[in-house]
Amino acid sequence: MHIPFTQYTLENGLRVIIHEDRRLPMVAVNLWYHVGSKNEHPGRTGFAHLFEHLMFEGSQHYDKGYFHPLQEAGAALNGSTNPDRTNYWEVVPTSAFELALWMESDRMGYLLPALTEQKFETQREVVLNERRQNYENRPYGLAASAVLAALFPSNHPYHWMTIGETADLKAAAFEDVREFFRTYYHPSNASLVVAGDIHTADALERVRAYFEEIPPGPKPAPLDPLAGLAGERRLVLEDRVELPRLYLAWHSPAMFSDGDAEMDLLSDLFANGKVSRLYQTLVYERRIASEVMAYQNSRELAGFWQVVATAAPGQTLEALRQAIDDELDRLTEQGPTSDEMERGHAQVEAQFVYRLQTLGGFGGKADQLNAYSVFLNDPGYFEQDLARYARVTADDLHRRVREHLRRDNRVVLSVVPKGKLSLALAHSTPAVVS
Amino acid sequence: MSLERTVDRSRLPPVGPPPPIRFPRIHKNHLANRLALWSAEHRELPVVTVMLVMPVGSAADFEGFEGLAAVTADMMDEGTGNLSAIDVNAAFARLGAHLDTDVSADATVFTVTTLSKFLQPALSLLADCVVRPRLDAADFDRIRQLRLTRLMQIRDLPSAIADRAFMQVVYGTHPYAHMSLGTEESLRQLTIETVRTFHSRLYRASSSTLVACGDVGAAEFGQMADDVFGAWSDTRPELHEDAALVPPPLAPVHRLVLVDKPGAAQSEIRIGEVGLARSTPDYHPLIVLNMILGGQFVSRINMKLRQEKGLTYGARTAFDFRRGRGPFVLQTSVQSDGTAEAVSSSLREIQAIRTDRPPTAEEVEVAKAALTRGYARNFETAEQIARAMAQLVLYGLPDDYFDTFASKVAEVTVDRARQAAVTHLDPDRLATAIVSDSSIVIPQLAAAGLGEPIPLLPRL
Repeated sequence: MHIPFTQYTLENGLRVIIHEDRRLPMVAVNLWYHVGSKNEHPGRTGFAHLFEHLMFEGSQHYDKGYFHPLQEAGAALNGSTNPDRTNYWEVVPTSAFELALWMESDRMGYLLPALTEQKFETQREVVLNERRQNYENRPYGLAASAVLAALFPSNHPYHWMTIGETADLKAAAFEDVREFFRTYYHPSNASLVVAGDIHTADALERVRAYFEEIPPGPKPAPLDPLAGLAGERRLVLEDRVELPRLYLAWHSPAMFSDGDAEMDLLSDLFANGKVSRLYQTLVYERRIASEVMAYQNSRELAGFWQVVATAAPGQTLEALRQAIDDELDRLTEQGPTSDEMERGHAQVEAQFVYRLQTLGGFGGKADQLNAYSVFLNDPGYFEQDLARYARVTADDLHRRVREHLRRDNRVVLSVVPKGKLSLALAHSTPAVVS
Repeated sequence: MSLERTVDRSRLPPVGPPPPIRFPRIHKNHLANRLALWSAEHRELPVVTVMLVMPVGSAADFEGFEGLAAVTADMMDEGTGNLSAIDVNAAFARLGAHLDTDVSADATVFTVTTLSKFLQPALSLLADCVVRPRLDAADFDRIRQLRLTRLMQIRDLPSAIADRAFMQVVYGTHPYAHMSLGTEESLRQLTIETVRTFHSRLYRASSSTLVACGDVGAAEFGQMADDVFGAWSDTRPELHEDAALVPPPLAPVHRLVLVDKPGAAQSEIRIGEVGLARSTPDYHPLIVLNMILGGQFVSRINMKLRQEKGLTYGARTAFDFRRGRGPFVLQTSVQSDGTAEAVSSSLREIQAIRTDRPPTAEEVEVAKAALTRGYARNFETAEQIARAMAQLVLYGLPDDYFDTFASKVAEVTVDRARQAAVTHLDPDRLATAIVSDSSIVIPQLAAAGLGEPIPLLPRL
């Protein structure tokens, strides 16, 4: 089970990965820039994502919105920004492959001449509205901001959310756009995957024609993965919600590093799905929670592992904390069962096969090749990725639980209905979010 | 390798015609109990998606028991035979699979995607769950309580409140007016007995279809299905009335309603009216029209509200074609101080596309191209193809529906797109529902001449 590919590096440093899959008359073009909100600075957060919006507003040789010609050509297209990277993709009918290359290369090579202050101002308003819609106006929408701010110190690249602080977005300066583009948006900081109904040699020739003329730029300096937490920090956040919710977060291994797969498997076993430990205890048997979940946030510089539980009506967060800690203690003492390991491995095997079903878009084969390319410099990592999950034993998992999930070293956030601070865990201090 | 290719940046490269679609051949059969079997091979990966499609959705909820169809579906993985709810979910997990349940207004669909080597045990579990559920009172109490809690949480969710307010105002007492979750009052009326009745009368082999797509042949699938679904027998007589076909109201209950959310960070807006059924002969002209009005990023409404005014992260319109007449709705979430401007602009665009600014020839061409050129990507995975087959089942569409889609769209003329707007968008029937901080929104609406909104507390 693998994703076959051919890799080239152009003279300007652009990594090019080509994957043939002729099942359907379509081609996926997928371009990653190795820049995200982790490359921002305190006081100027949200910029990487705001910049992503500007990439759709036109370039020197096509100075109009990018959606029109691509949608007319039958393309699906989008982009996204996270802490570690920014990606752009199109899935087009085969005959529009050239169009997608034309446009991606034009905005990589010739964005700045087309950028205007008015485009910048409009997209700033759009992003502020995106923030209101998806964070401020959504129940528990700012909890992540409070957790990140407590887990990572103020000078750490993961201290803030990718969407950014409202005040920072309002203060973002048009002049900063040029510098950002020159620093991060060039071939030597990017990786291009073309996949689908193509011939490798022909595709490479076309890619070279469009991208090789773009000059390289300086390789951005690596960031310091400093982090650290001393003690348990208890916070409280008021929100327009009916039910209190508890967040518990710990530092955990970074993406693809030792222990990352273990923590990922641990999430499902502990709190995802009806058969998980927390669901059985908190939701099914004791009915003190209405929902539970856990996840390993694998990031490039550091990870964090998080449990979230929403109280059932009339139940206290303290009861939830106690029950979760009891389950953690049990896991810390006894480790996972062989039944749990069997289910975890079955899920992983199936998930890796399912991942091969889609060519393009978020999470498709092209996106996966690029993730391996950008973070590991190894597009062919798919099989090893599966292997690192497949070889996790109950002992490995047990060891990671003991190592990472200590009660005396974590962030505990209570989100409570407005005006009901007394529903928070004892000794919680107010979280600051904007 | 030659590097003589020259790049012409003075114009965009041309694009070819839509590639042809070849939907996989559908094999149809049925069991002795009249359960229909539809399957299509898709052999690229060792994966199969199975869907049990039943034409019974929330519109079939017994009156006063809204939420019944959804609770019943939710009970299907709560235990069967000797297996408890936890055992059932553990069994699916050991196969790397899980049971996905979807209850819409028109249908209940159970989906399992599994590795083909586990198809037999996955099908067997699905059959045990849906045909022979335990339906224990204790499990029911827990499930109902979780749903009551979810309703309580929805009160915090502006987008969900807006959806409810809109459907309630447009559909009045029609079976489409309520959401599949039901209301607190109706959920409290439910008992395990009502669930058992609903299950025995409406979950019927003879009106259901088992759809499979993936790495399995028709004969093998038929044999497996017979082994596990063969004993499914319909014991009670069928209920004949189709709630979806009840005529919807001719006019909304109110034209402008406001749900007050003090301190809300934005305004959630829904504007629309009763639309068309999936069977309308104007289906293709309407989807072309919708692309132009609000169905894609470059549509008139998104370009106006997002790209020109920056008022929102996005705005879109959709015709929700159902077995009966589903809604046409515009939805967006805008900054609170731009609420009246967004409502006025939206109403103006809907009015304009049927009067002074009808679809242009270029807009129609662009919309048709966007709809057809990329159509192939809808049939990439086994699950997508299975879902497509489920559409054929539910709406009685012909087997060559997807193969002929592009030519049907190509036949839509500018006149037909214009006529569709004039015929099917009626500005006098449009209702607007807003969820926002009323102290900010009411003065704006008055100043813009939109009138005084009726305060509404949606049934939750």
